[in-house]
Amino acid sequence: MGKTFAEKILALKSGKESVSSGEIVTVSPDVVMSHDNTAAISKKFKQIGIDKVMHPERIVIPLDHCVPAATEKYALNHKEIREFVQKQGIRNFYDINTGVCHQVLPEKGHILPGALVLGADSHTTTYGAFGAFAAGIGRSEVASIWATGKIWLRVPETIKINIEGEIPKGVHPKDIILYIIGNLGADGALYKAVEFSGKVIRNMSVGGRMTLCNMAAEMGAKIGYVEPDEKTIQYLASRTGREYKIVKSDADAEFERIIDYDVSDLEPQIACPHTVDNVKSVSEVVGIKINQALIGTCTNGRIEDLKIASDILQGKKISKGVRLLVFPASMEVFAEAMEEGILQELVKSGAVIMNPGCGPCLGAHEGALAPGEVCLSTANRNFKGRMGCKDAEIYLASPATVAASSLYGKITDVRRCLK
Amino acid sequence: MSIKGRVWKYGDDVNTDVIFPGKYTYTVTNPEEMAKHALEDLDPEFAKEVEKGDIIVAGRNFGCGSSREQAATCLKYAGVGAIVAKSFARIFFRNAINQGLPLVQCKKAVKNISSDELISVDFEKGRLSCKKGIFNFPPLPESVLGILNDGGLIPHTRKILGIEKGG
Repeated sequence: MGKTFAEKILALKSGKESVSSGEIVTVSPDVVMSHDNTAAISKKFKQIGIDKVMHPERIVIPLDHCVPAATEKYALNHKEIREFVQKQGIRNFYDINTGVCHQVLPEKGHILPGALVLGADSHTTTYGAFGAFAAGIGRSEVASIWATGKIWLRVPETIKINIEGEIPKGVHPKDIILYIIGNLGADGALYKAVEFSGKVIRNMSVGGRMTLCNMAAEMGAKIGYVEPDEKTIQYLASRTGREYKIVKSDADAEFERIIDYDVSDLEPQIACPHTVDNVKSVSEVVGIKINQALIGTCTNGRIEDLKIASDILQGKKISKGVRLLVFPASMEVFAEAMEEGILQELVKSGAVIMNPGCGPCLGAHEGALAPGEVCLSTANRNFKGRMGCKDAEIYLASPATVAASSLYGKITDVRRCLK
Repeated sequence: MSIKGRVWKYGDDVNTDVIFPGKYTYTVTNPEEMAKHALEDLDPEFAKEVEKGDIIVAGRNFGCGSSREQAATCLKYAGVGAIVAKSFARIFFRNAINQGLPLVQCKKAVKNISSDELISVDFEKGRLSCKKGIFNFPPLPESVLGILNDGGLIPHTRKILGIEKGG
């Protein structure tokens, strides 16, 4: 019997011949990511009682959660991080002018197929889009890895999700993953590795695969994974000269479950308040009035997302009652969107262009909601209180649906905007 | 190790944002302060009335969402002695153990426990007693139990590295 990607990579990283799902192994991660939480982690590290981190070259730290600092407290937090990376000789530090961690790490060539990446952020699963084993961990764990270079992991069982068919017009990777989460539930892949495959994935852009792996976390998955192909290799060629070895599931690997989807008849999908698995087809929720529309975050702030939005908004004005906020996921995306005239179109239609960052997604910074307000967002979470106010409502959708809805001031089926 | 405590019962998918809102993640940094916001957006009474040793009993996927460790820290410092749930989100599971906060996964027991009753949990024997009876659960794996017994991951790491207290 063959092995899954998860079993193979965790055997490799724990120095064992072979491991099986359910086993607990001690591994040495290749990349350890933390962001604005680095200051808090550095305090835990200090409690351990050693001076220097073990592998500074494996540590990557982008500042993104509240950038630029909103208050003195945030400013102090950033200052402590800058001093820490200086003292520790951590070279892979990206200050506030870089972007959201899950966009920045691949862009800067830190993510390779077959790598073990752990991050103090639940959406670390995003990097599975490049064939890495990438999982979220907690702050104490990052501190402990800094000190020892090691951590325990349980080898997850794997659910394989095959996606076939032709994606209809107006339907995007976000709709596909929302549909799957709605179908499987918020704990539908709890503790599991989720391997996305099938024709739709093969045809999907690297950015779309990132959206899928990003949101695998919302069904409880430990990792998302897409087998690297020509598209992955092409992306990496422009990002890094480092060598890598692709690890993939054996043809006869034992999957816990194989689930097949055909997306040919899929409608745009909306996750309704207050859970990500409360997913409905857009036709069931059209007409719900929105106060704020948000395009961005680690889920959907890439160049293709902004392009889709600007194509829909081009030459039109957003509805008067709506605030449209656009957060490009990185400065690189920002610059490219500027060069391509995308930002210009968005501004002309009434959007507010923000600097790259996570801010409003977790209610930390910018774009907070007031009681009774409704936000339609391309983010990955709609939990109560998530955007700073427990009496506000958050709906999640694709950038296309968010753009179309901002034109009418209410949740709108984007297909009515397509020629 | 065994504990006895009064039950606070909640439903499925209690997420990290209702346990510890994201807006506090970089502004409330002291554990005692964190405790004052525990479960704020789910049950505003909880932080005010929770007593040391109380036990949270919840449904499926407790702690889903963010990786924020404060979700475990705030409950620990609020005095929660243990959490019993049908299942736990994986990062929360790790965070709780790493904070020295014991977890029990036991579907059957959850169904049979009501709010406010007194229950007791024996972690070594894997046994939970409540009004409706005694329920067994599989004890945590040894390596995980080791972290818990050392009082969390930071003290555990110190032990592994041979660093004495105060070093």
